[in-house]
Amino acid sequence: MCTTCGCDSGQTKIEGEHEHTHVHADGTVYAHSHGREDHGHDDHEHGHDHGHHHHGAGHEPGPAHAHAAGLTPAQMVRIERDILGANDEIAVRNRRRFDDAGIFALNLVSSPGAGKTTLLVETINALRGELPLAVIEGDQQTSFDADRIRATGARAIQVNTGKGCHLDAAQIERALAKLAPADESLLFIENVGNLVCPSAFDLGEAHKVVVLSVTEGEDKPLKYPDMFAASDLMLLNKIDLLPHVRFDAKRAIEFARRIRPGIEVLQVSATGGEGMTAWLDWLRQGAGRARERRQQTMAALRRRVAELEAQLAASR
Amino acid sequence: MHEMSLAEGVIGVVADAARAHAPCAVRRVRLEIGALAAVECESLRFAFDVVKRGSVADAAELDIVHVPGRAWCMQCSRTVTITERGGACPDCGSWQLQVTGGAEMRVMELELA
Repeated sequence: MCTTCGCDSGQTKIEGEHEHTHVHADGTVYAHSHGREDHGHDDHEHGHDHGHHHHGAGHEPGPAHAHAAGLTPAQMVRIERDILGANDEIAVRNRRRFDDAGIFALNLVSSPGAGKTTLLVETINALRGELPLAVIEGDQQTSFDADRIRATGARAIQVNTGKGCHLDAAQIERALAKLAPADESLLFIENVGNLVCPSAFDLGEAHKVVVLSVTEGEDKPLKYPDMFAASDLMLLNKIDLLPHVRFDAKRAIEFARRIRPGIEVLQVSATGGEGMTAWLDWLRQGAGRARERRQQTMAALRRRVAELEAQLAASR
Repeated sequence: MHEMSLAEGVIGVVADAARAHAPCAVRRVRLEIGALAAVECESLRFAFDVVKRGSVADAAELDIVHVPGRAWCMQCSRTVTITERGGACPDCGSWQLQVTGGAEMRVMELELA
């Protein structure tokens, strides 16, 4: 609970700034952030849609009339809206922003301890000077991970989700406003270590990348299928430990493909360096495609501007 | 526990829709939840009861309509019903299934009074 205003579920912090959700009397949910001192409500943007949505014919008398006598007759209103529609709308905005800026954004998901942060640190060290990159770190508490990333010299921002078990698109949108990642860069979003909830939340990324380490069970793709179903790439990490653990990599890959037939798989050791070249190449290709798409869009816009200017000149 | 976020999403959708019919109270909210949507319905009910307080759906009951998981089986060349991702075809036992439905998470209708 937020001790400043007493509203509940105020757990998210973006680099120390507190943010929380209000449910107003009319049921509207407002999410906003404030520093310790500042608690104004008029200087923030509400990350949700105030529009009214009317779907279908609207009022239909339904089985509701079977209610106890004396109550006002009920009316059924059909709305058919996705529960995560508000998240998905913001995710679409984030994705458009990434596309416009030529940013290759990845959402890294795994259990706690699979090695996401170490993998990122080694990746950043390997790509230093070659590709501009930035990191959004999600954890329930602490800024330890963002600190580790910043120690490499890369830009990073920490989002603390408090009681939240996942990052959502609105948190990413607000983090982006602060982080302001460079055009044509690589953006890593390191999600909260959790193989369940982050699968349901689109953040606007190009791909979810699931990291599975060989110190876990090879049956995790079957135990936590939703995450593997949502991911486009599986990184099998810590393969330097394979001689010491009972982990059948072939079976793990087979299980992952049973869940998501098209999933790409790369085997790496972030600390030992094995397989890192293939991972770095995968990143370079993705970043290259994002950059190319942006440049094509820009070229098309320039051509169009030139055409319009020519038309204007001709009409004078 | 992303069910809490989902419950907040439900209340957001409900409040939006109910505003068009104000003044009114929401008596019942009907959801459609797919078998493959990774939603624990009991947790969602619990979270909904917490989140609805003080909202337009303060007194609302929650109905959850379950939608079965559906997949296209390459071996059988037809749609089959599945209960989880990663399972085999219930008819032929093949793993070559492409999920085609059952990931729904929608607010279908409201009963207003």
